[in-house]
Amino acid sequence: MTVPSPADATGPWAAAAMIAAVVLFSTTGEVLTAAAMKSIGDLDQIRARSGMKGAIRAVVTCPLFFAGVSFLALAFFSLLFALNHLNLSLVAPASASLTLVTNAAAGKLFLHENVDRRRWAAAALVCVGVYLLAH
Amino acid sequence: MKHHLTARQYSVLGLVALCAPLGDTCLSRGMTHLPAISLAHPASLVAAVFTPWIVVGIALLIGFFASYLTALSWADLTFVLPATAFGNVIVALLSKFWLREPISLERWAGIVLITVGVGFVAQGPALTEQPAAESVNAMREMEEERVP
Repeated sequence: MTVPSPADATGPWAAAAMIAAVVLFSTTGEVLTAAAMKSIGDLDQIRARSGMKGAIRAVVTCPLFFAGVSFLALAFFSLLFALNHLNLSLVAPASASLTLVTNAAAGKLFLHENVDRRRWAAAALVCVGVYLLAH
Repeated sequence: MKHHLTARQYSVLGLVALCAPLGDTCLSRGMTHLPAISLAHPASLVAAVFTPWIVVGIALLIGFFASYLTALSWADLTFVLPATAFGNVIVALLSKFWLREPISLERWAGIVLITVGVGFVAQGPALTEQPAAESVNAMREMEEERVP
Protein backbone atom coordinates (compact mmCIF):
# COMPACT_ATOMS: atom_id res chain seq x y z
CA MET A 1 0.00 0.00 0.00
CA THR A 2 1.45 3.41 -0.93
CA VAL A 3 1.10 6.33 1.47
CA PRO A 4 -0.40 9.36 -0.35
CA SER A 5 1.71 12.53 -0.35
CA PRO A 6 0.17 15.38 1.72
CA ALA A 7 0.10 17.52 -1.44
CA ASP A 8 -2.12 14.92 -3.16
CA ALA A 9 -4.91 15.50 -0.63
CA THR A 10 -4.79 19.32 -0.94
CA GLY A 11 -6.34 21.13 -3.91
CA PRO A 12 -4.34 23.67 -5.93
CA TRP A 13 -6.39 26.63 -4.61
CA ALA A 14 -5.89 25.59 -1.00
CA ALA A 15 -2.15 25.14 -1.66
CA ALA A 16 -1.95 28.58 -3.28
CA ALA A 17 -3.82 30.13 -0.33
CA MET A 18 -1.43 28.53 2.20
CA ILE A 19 1.66 29.74 0.30
CA ALA A 20 0.06 33.19 -0.14
CA ALA A 21 -0.52 33.41 3.63
CA VAL A 22 3.17 32.62 4.32
CA VAL A 23 4.31 35.20 1.74
CA LEU A 24 1.87 37.89 2.97
CA PHE A 25 2.71 37.54 6.68
CA SER A 26 6.43 37.28 5.94
CA THR A 27 6.47 40.40 3.72
CA THR A 28 4.45 42.42 6.27
CA GLY A 29 6.81 41.32 9.06
CA GLU A 30 9.96 42.14 7.05
CA VAL A 31 8.65 45.58 6.02
CA LEU A 32 7.56 46.50 9.58
CA THR A 33 10.91 45.31 11.01
CA ALA A 34 12.83 47.29 8.37
CA ALA A 35 10.71 50.41 9.10
CA ALA A 36 11.39 49.95 12.83
CA MET A 37 15.16 49.70 12.32
CA LYS A 38 15.16 52.78 10.05
CA SER A 39 13.23 54.76 12.71
CA ILE A 40 15.73 53.69 15.40
CA GLY A 41 18.81 54.66 13.34
CA ASP A 42 22.25 53.13 12.82
CA LEU A 43 22.67 50.48 15.56
CA ASP A 44 26.48 50.55 15.26
CA GLN A 45 26.47 54.27 16.13
CA ILE A 46 23.97 53.79 19.00
CA ARG A 47 26.16 51.00 20.41
CA ALA A 48 29.27 53.18 20.13
CA ARG A 49 27.44 56.00 21.95
CA SER A 50 25.48 54.16 24.65
CA GLY A 51 26.87 50.61 24.67
CA MET A 52 25.19 47.25 23.98
CA LYS A 53 22.51 47.89 26.63
CA GLY A 54 21.58 51.17 24.94
CA ALA A 55 21.30 49.44 21.54
CA ILE A 56 19.10 46.66 22.96
CA ARG A 57 16.94 49.25 24.79
CA ALA A 58 16.50 51.23 21.54
CA VAL A 59 15.23 48.09 19.75
CA VAL A 60 12.95 46.67 22.47
CA THR A 61 11.25 50.01 23.17
CA CYS A 62 10.16 50.41 19.52
CA PRO A 63 6.48 49.35 19.03
CA LEU A 64 6.98 48.88 15.25
CA PHE A 65 9.63 46.24 16.01
CA PHE A 66 7.15 44.17 18.03
CA ALA A 67 4.51 44.54 15.29
CA GLY A 68 7.12 43.22 12.80
CA VAL A 69 8.14 40.31 15.02
CA SER A 70 4.43 39.40 15.57
CA PHE A 71 3.89 39.13 11.79
CA LEU A 72 7.13 37.12 11.42
CA ALA A 73 5.78 34.75 14.10
CA LEU A 74 2.49 34.47 12.15
CA ALA A 75 4.54 33.71 9.02
CA PHE A 76 6.40 30.97 10.92
CA PHE A 77 3.18 29.32 12.15
CA SER A 78 1.52 29.59 8.73
CA LEU A 79 4.66 27.93 7.29
CA LEU A 80 4.30 25.09 9.82
CA PHE A 81 0.61 24.76 8.86
CA ALA A 82 1.48 24.70 5.15
CA LEU A 83 4.19 22.08 5.76
CA ASN A 84 1.59 19.94 7.50
CA HIS A 85 -0.50 19.86 4.29
CA LEU A 86 2.02 20.31 1.46
CA ASN A 87 5.42 18.96 0.46
CA LEU A 88 8.54 20.77 1.66
CA SER A 89 9.89 20.77 -1.92
CA LEU A 90 6.91 22.94 -2.94
CA VAL A 91 6.46 25.22 0.09
CA ALA A 92 10.12 26.16 0.79
CA PRO A 93 11.21 27.32 -2.69
CA ALA A 94 7.84 28.87 -3.58
CA SER A 95 7.55 30.95 -0.39
CA ALA A 96 11.26 31.92 -0.30
CA SER A 97 11.41 33.09 -3.91
CA LEU A 98 7.98 34.80 -3.98
CA THR A 99 8.81 36.68 -0.76
CA LEU A 100 11.84 38.26 -2.50
CA VAL A 101 9.62 39.74 -5.23
CA THR A 102 6.84 40.90 -2.86
CA ASN A 103 9.49 42.49 -0.60
CA ALA A 104 10.89 44.45 -3.56
CA ALA A 105 7.39 45.77 -4.36
CA ALA A 106 6.59 46.49 -0.68
CA GLY A 107 10.00 48.17 -0.17
CA LYS A 108 9.22 50.55 -3.04
CA LEU A 109 5.58 51.17 -2.02
CA PHE A 110 5.78 51.44 1.77
CA LEU A 111 9.44 52.16 2.61
CA HIS A 112 9.97 54.41 -0.46
CA GLU A 113 13.23 52.61 -1.23
CA ASN A 114 14.84 53.30 -4.58
CA VAL A 115 14.12 49.95 -6.25
CA ASP A 116 15.82 50.64 -9.58
CA ARG A 117 16.29 48.23 -12.52
CA ARG A 118 19.41 46.83 -10.85
CA ARG A 119 17.47 45.80 -7.70
CA TRP A 120 14.51 44.41 -9.69
CA ALA A 121 16.95 42.36 -11.79
CA ALA A 122 18.73 41.14 -8.64
CA ALA A 123 15.41 40.19 -6.97
CA ALA A 124 14.26 38.31 -10.10
CA LEU A 125 17.60 36.47 -10.55
CA VAL A 126 17.82 35.48 -6.86
CA CYS A 127 14.12 34.46 -6.93
CA VAL A 128 14.64 32.03 -9.83
CA GLY A 129 18.00 30.94 -8.35
CA VAL A 130 16.47 30.07 -4.95
CA TYR A 131 13.67 28.16 -6.70
CA LEU A 132 16.16 26.11 -8.76
CA LEU A 133 18.42 25.50 -5.75
CA ALA A 134 15.66 24.35 -3.40
CA HIS A 135 13.47 22.50 -5.91
CA MET B 1 25.74 60.86 -2.20
CA LYS B 2 26.12 57.08 -2.62
CA HIS B 3 26.09 54.78 0.38
CA HIS B 4 28.88 52.26 0.07
CA LEU B 5 29.56 49.83 2.87
CA THR B 6 32.59 49.51 5.11
CA ALA B 7 34.45 46.19 5.59
CA ARG B 8 32.74 45.84 8.99
CA GLN B 9 29.28 46.25 7.41
CA TYR B 10 30.12 43.63 4.77
CA SER B 11 31.12 41.27 7.59
CA VAL B 12 27.70 41.85 9.26
CA LEU B 13 26.00 40.92 5.93
CA GLY B 14 28.27 37.85 5.80
CA LEU B 15 27.11 36.85 9.29
CA VAL B 16 23.43 37.20 8.20
CA ALA B 17 24.11 35.02 5.14
CA LEU B 18 26.00 32.35 7.11
CA CYS B 19 24.17 32.14 10.44
CA ALA B 20 20.64 31.55 9.03
CA PRO B 21 21.37 28.49 6.83
CA LEU B 22 23.87 27.03 9.35
CA GLY B 23 21.35 27.51 12.19
CA ASP B 24 18.59 25.83 10.15
CA THR B 25 20.96 22.95 9.32
CA CYS B 26 21.82 22.45 13.03
CA LEU B 27 18.10 22.46 13.98
CA SER B 28 17.32 20.00 11.19
CA ARG B 29 20.18 17.69 12.23
CA GLY B 30 19.18 17.89 15.89
CA MET B 31 15.49 17.21 15.25
CA THR B 32 16.07 14.27 12.87
CA HIS B 33 18.28 12.55 15.47
CA LEU B 34 15.46 12.65 18.05
CA PRO B 35 12.62 10.13 18.24
CA ALA B 36 9.31 11.30 16.72
CA ILE B 37 7.61 13.94 18.91
CA SER B 38 3.82 13.93 19.15
CA LEU B 39 1.57 16.80 20.23
CA ALA B 40 0.28 14.56 23.00
CA HIS B 41 3.67 14.88 24.76
CA PRO B 42 4.69 18.56 24.40
CA ALA B 43 7.26 18.21 27.23
CA SER B 44 9.50 16.17 24.91
CA LEU B 45 9.61 19.22 22.60
CA VAL B 46 10.86 21.35 25.50
CA ALA B 47 13.50 18.70 26.32
CA ALA B 48 14.65 18.83 22.66
CA VAL B 49 15.61 22.50 23.14
CA PHE B 50 18.43 21.45 25.50
CA THR B 51 20.11 18.95 23.15
CA PRO B 52 23.53 20.11 21.81
CA TRP B 53 22.63 20.52 18.10
CA ILE B 54 19.45 22.48 18.93
CA VAL B 55 21.37 24.72 21.39
CA VAL B 56 23.98 25.50 18.67
CA GLY B 57 21.18 26.06 16.11
CA ILE B 58 19.31 28.49 18.40
CA ALA B 59 22.56 30.38 19.19
CA LEU B 60 23.27 30.73 15.44
CA LEU B 61 19.70 31.94 14.76
CA ILE B 62 19.99 34.53 17.57
CA GLY B 63 23.26 35.67 15.92
CA PHE B 64 21.42 35.82 12.57
CA PHE B 65 18.57 37.97 13.94
CA ALA B 66 20.94 40.40 15.74
CA SER B 67 23.09 40.90 12.63
CA TYR B 68 19.97 41.11 10.40
CA LEU B 69 18.52 43.92 12.56
CA THR B 70 21.90 45.70 12.54
CA ALA B 71 22.06 45.46 8.72
CA LEU B 72 18.51 46.84 8.38
CA SER B 73 19.49 49.86 10.50
CA TRP B 74 21.96 51.09 7.82
CA ALA B 75 20.83 49.39 4.57
CA ASP B 76 17.60 49.03 2.58
CA LEU B 77 15.47 45.88 2.91
CA THR B 78 15.66 45.48 -0.89
CA PHE B 79 19.48 45.48 -0.58
CA VAL B 80 19.82 43.19 2.48
CA LEU B 81 17.52 40.36 1.30
CA PRO B 82 19.13 39.61 -2.10
CA ALA B 83 22.64 40.22 -0.74
CA THR B 84 22.19 37.71 2.09
CA ALA B 85 20.61 35.10 -0.22
CA PHE B 86 24.23 34.17 -0.98
CA GLY B 87 24.02 31.96 2.13
CA ASN B 88 22.02 29.45 0.03
CA VAL B 89 24.99 29.18 -2.32
CA ILE B 90 27.42 28.67 0.60
CA VAL B 91 25.29 25.82 1.97
CA ALA B 92 25.02 24.19 -1.48
CA LEU B 93 28.80 24.39 -1.95
CA LEU B 94 29.43 23.05 1.58
CA SER B 95 27.13 20.11 0.87
CA LYS B 96 29.02 19.42 -2.37
CA PHE B 97 32.60 19.68 -1.13
CA TRP B 98 32.23 18.80 2.56
CA LEU B 99 29.35 16.31 2.66
CA ARG B 100 30.10 15.01 -0.89
CA GLU B 101 26.44 15.35 -1.92
CA PRO B 102 25.79 15.45 -5.67
CA ILE B 103 24.59 18.77 -7.16
CA SER B 104 22.28 18.55 -10.19
CA LEU B 105 22.56 20.80 -13.25
CA GLU B 106 19.44 22.72 -12.07
CA ARG B 107 21.13 23.49 -8.74
CA TRP B 108 24.32 24.69 -10.46
CA ALA B 109 22.09 27.00 -12.56
CA GLY B 110 20.50 28.27 -9.31
CA ILE B 111 23.96 28.92 -7.79
CA VAL B 112 25.01 30.92 -10.89
CA LEU B 113 21.77 32.99 -10.91
CA ILE B 114 22.01 33.86 -7.19
CA THR B 115 25.70 34.80 -7.54
CA VAL B 116 24.94 37.09 -10.51
CA GLY B 117 21.94 38.61 -8.65
CA VAL B 118 24.03 39.31 -5.53
CA GLY B 119 26.76 40.84 -7.74
CA PHE B 120 24.12 43.13 -9.33
CA VAL B 121 22.74 44.44 -6.04
CA ALA B 122 26.14 44.73 -4.32
CA GLN B 123 27.38 47.16 -7.00
CA GLY B 124 24.62 49.69 -6.23
CA PRO B 125 24.09 51.95 -3.19
CA ALA B 126 23.05 50.16 0.03
CA LEU B 127 20.70 52.87 1.29
CA THR B 128 18.11 55.10 -0.38
CA GLU B 129 18.85 58.76 0.27
CA GLN B 130 15.62 60.16 1.78
CA PRO B 131 14.61 63.76 0.85
CA ALA B 132 14.94 64.97 4.47
CA ALA B 133 18.47 63.59 4.75
CA GLU B 134 19.36 65.03 1.32
CA SER B 135 18.28 68.53 2.37
CA VAL B 136 20.23 68.26 5.65
CA ASN B 137 23.35 67.18 3.72
CA ALA B 138 22.88 70.02 1.21
CA MET B 139 22.56 72.54 4.08
CA ARG B 140 25.72 71.18 5.70
CA GLU B 141 27.60 71.49 2.41
CA MET B 142 26.37 75.09 2.00
CA GLU B 143 27.50 75.93 5.53
CA GLU B 144 30.92 74.36 4.89
CA GLU B 145 31.26 76.45 1.72
CA ARG B 146 30.44 79.64 3.64
CA VAL B 147 33.20 78.99 6.20
CA PRO B 148 36.49 80.27 4.70
